[in-house]
Amino acid sequence: MATGIKDKVAIIGMGCSRFGERWGDSAEDLMVEAFTEALADAGVSKTDIGAAWLGTSYEEIGVGKSAIPLATALRLPNIPVTRVENLCASGSEAVRGAAYAVAAGACDIALAMGVEKLKDTGYGGLPVRTRGSFNDLWMPSMSAPGLFAQLASAYAAKHRADPRDLKRAMAHVSVKSHRNGALNEKAHLRRAVTEEQVLAAPLVAEPLGVFDCCGVSDGAACAIVTTPEIAASLGKSMVVTIKAMQIAASDGAEMSHDTWDGTTVANTRIAAARAFREAGVRDPAAEVGAIEVHDCFSITELVTMEDLGFSTEGRAIRDVLDGRYDHDGAVPCQIDGGLKCFGHPIGASGIRMLYELYLQLQGRAGKRQLPGLRLGLTHNLGGAPVSNVASVNIIGRLE
Amino acid sequence: MASDTTPPPVGITGCGAWIPRRRIARKTIAGAHAWFNPALSGGARGRRAQAGWDEDSVTMAVAAVRGALGGADPARVSALWLASTTLPFADRQNATLVAEACGVPGPVRTLDLAGSLRAGTGALLAGLLDGGLPAGATAVVAAADTRRAKPASADELAFGHAAAAVTLGREGVIARLLAWRSESEDLVDHYRAAGSDHDYRWEERWARDEGVVRQAPPVVRVLLESAGVAAAEVARVIVPAASAGDAQRIAKACGLAPDRVVDTLADGCGHAGAAHPLLLLARCLEDAEPGERILVTGFGQGFDALLFEVTDAIRDRRPAATISEALAGGWEDDNYLRFLAFEGNVELETGIRAEADLKTAHSVAYRSHAAVTGLHAGRCTACGTVQFPPERVCVNRDCGAIDRMEPYRLADRPARVVSFTRDALAYHPDPPVEYGMVEFEGGGRLLAEFTEWERVPLAVGAEARLVFRIKDQDRIRGFRRYFWKAVPATRGE
Repeated sequence: MATGIKDKVAIIGMGCSRFGERWGDSAEDLMVEAFTEALADAGVSKTDIGAAWLGTSYEEIGVGKSAIPLATALRLPNIPVTRVENLCASGSEAVRGAAYAVAAGACDIALAMGVEKLKDTGYGGLPVRTRGSFNDLWMPSMSAPGLFAQLASAYAAKHRADPRDLKRAMAHVSVKSHRNGALNEKAHLRRAVTEEQVLAAPLVAEPLGVFDCCGVSDGAACAIVTTPEIAASLGKSMVVTIKAMQIAASDGAEMSHDTWDGTTVANTRIAAARAFREAGVRDPAAEVGAIEVHDCFSITELVTMEDLGFSTEGRAIRDVLDGRYDHDGAVPCQIDGGLKCFGHPIGASGIRMLYELYLQLQGRAGKRQLPGLRLGLTHNLGGAPVSNVASVNIIGRLE
Repeated sequence: MASDTTPPPVGITGCGAWIPRRRIARKTIAGAHAWFNPALSGGARGRRAQAGWDEDSVTMAVAAVRGALGGADPARVSALWLASTTLPFADRQNATLVAEACGVPGPVRTLDLAGSLRAGTGALLAGLLDGGLPAGATAVVAAADTRRAKPASADELAFGHAAAAVTLGREGVIARLLAWRSESEDLVDHYRAAGSDHDYRWEERWARDEGVVRQAPPVVRVLLESAGVAAAEVARVIVPAASAGDAQRIAKACGLAPDRVVDTLADGCGHAGAAHPLLLLARCLEDAEPGERILVTGFGQGFDALLFEVTDAIRDRRPAATISEALAGGWEDDNYLRFLAFEGNVELETGIRAEADLKTAHSVAYRSHAAVTGLHAGRCTACGTVQFPPERVCVNRDCGAIDRMEPYRLADRPARVVSFTRDALAYHPDPPVEYGMVEFEGGGRLLAEFTEWERVPLAVGAEARLVFRIKDQDRIRGFRRYFWKAVPATRGE
């Protein structure tokens, strides 16, 4: 019976580029920026890396297909390098590959890189691309905000919530992330906003306004993983290990079966349950000290609080408005600004979430530092509520 | 010349129609052109119908045929004729597409008829005279037109977009053909060259006085004589002219009382081209009484005249009052620029999101045409779960049976809204695009676009019905894709 990879893999080095509209930099430049920081942090040399994984989603407008762009940009000495793609969860998928390689004993030290260069497309938001030759024949012309916005309509109807309360709670989510992001030097959006500003913003996809949507950014993030034993032999004192690493992908039930009511992200619930089991977490709200979730849109973060079990069913609006997920709340969420303000370079986001918790666990988060964090959770979502892949990872100090 | 007075065994058994819900007041059109052609305002009365951006002669024909079939089993349809001068495809049979969208299964004879405004009556005559219709079978004759007009032309005021369809059969005949007569003559009062968007017209007075006013009387006289019906015995006269005045003048020339001429639907619809005679006939059958004689005429390089008699069966098989309701409903748009955009007469900057390549993989489209054109989901014969899109493996986790799917048509089932949004970001010709999940009575769900112009607020739980519409226009390759969209019940029928 598989027991998972709890404490079998240590993160010894992480790097993250500044996110934002990096007009002057290529995807390769961004990868080098993240890698340089991670390598220095790990205190190993490039030749110690035995295998690497690249997570990127929009290869057609970014680095191109395959893992060769990573191998070439970093001049990795002909080691095995693999490219993975799972939409916005591609970064988490890259870490999973590297972590599993280490846990399996296939290599001692592995690298995971996530990158996206979105600002070379001419688009303000995410570029339009094919959904596949069959899906294009029937799926409506949709955008990411529109796909997620539907959560709000179904959620409000199911819980008989006043749409104005829901809108205010969504605004609170964004106001909180802007406040956090303002303290983050690497964040894309660093200006605090007021609830009034958020509520008055033009609608993108009803009921989501401009401030309910995350930044569309360029960026790269990188993790170097090894075994706890090797980490110790390298003299690492504050070792951070992976407690759980789970991904769940849609089997089509949301799209095609009446069992999904449109108010949740079903895979988040499944991946979270598996992750808590793998990590041995029994009471998430009491044991997990900080969370980085996939707040592509404010409504996503709101329902994710219920999907992860930090809010009970139908309570998220109240909990959000009560400040439960604020910097000083019971479960601080998006301490680094989240996708909303740190930014969302698709392939890099899952690793960026880990980067923040890794810094927090080691007491290196500067002005954003939370006291005494022992366990943190990342939630990285690819796709849309109706069809998606959800990644839930838990990392913490090696006790 | 060709004619016959022997009543054929096949008659009209039902009818349906579709008038798009978009209306524009003619004074709105004329007002926009007052600087350029002030004379237009003279005839600028009432409202005309305009197809939504996602409607064309195929989608409107589908709506009319679905209405004509009512709840009847589409499997009984053995032939479908489609008449139009504005078929979206010059070489890809439009009638076949209509048949598949209406759920008519494979063994059906289909044919497009085009080339003249007389195509509508021509198709009706062809269907009625067709000897190949077996007992118990249904033939469908549909006509639809979405003629485009140049801005500031008289056509822009006169035209309206609409479709009509009749079902034909040997049983349950509500109107039988007493006699018919057809003559052809190459008189060019107007024409539209192949590939051209707009008509060219000769002088109106010549077209009327030297054209139909001269052509019609001898044909009608001989028709009535051969049928043994006196002019006074004709209860309703259908003259598909653009104006009531012209229609009455033509009737008078034929010796028919002008007060028997039926309303040309100039207000609320406009002249629907090849569909117009069938549209007016369908309107008559909404309230015709048994024994009434109805004369249907059609002209365009000749003249068709068909004399019908309404039967007793109409008491039990009364067609729905679709046209009366459509005329009473509708949604008036006072935005002439939007009218122009939907007519394709002004090119708007659509932004980078409209640059996405909409190339169709025709091999994929063919493999999936039952799902995409006919909206056939899969129903698992092992557990009963209805699922769209159909896959080989059942989506029900407690089942998972492989290759147990049977086709299950969702298009005609009532649905309700599960979730929705109004999206201002995604490209759409009529933004914001609205879409969401709908669930069908009896099972199955669909992530669907919502359509119909009026912005009635959507609501979770609202009832919806499915309509066949244009999905995408591939401007690079000139291809048009169709799929089904949901219309919330609050947006009316």
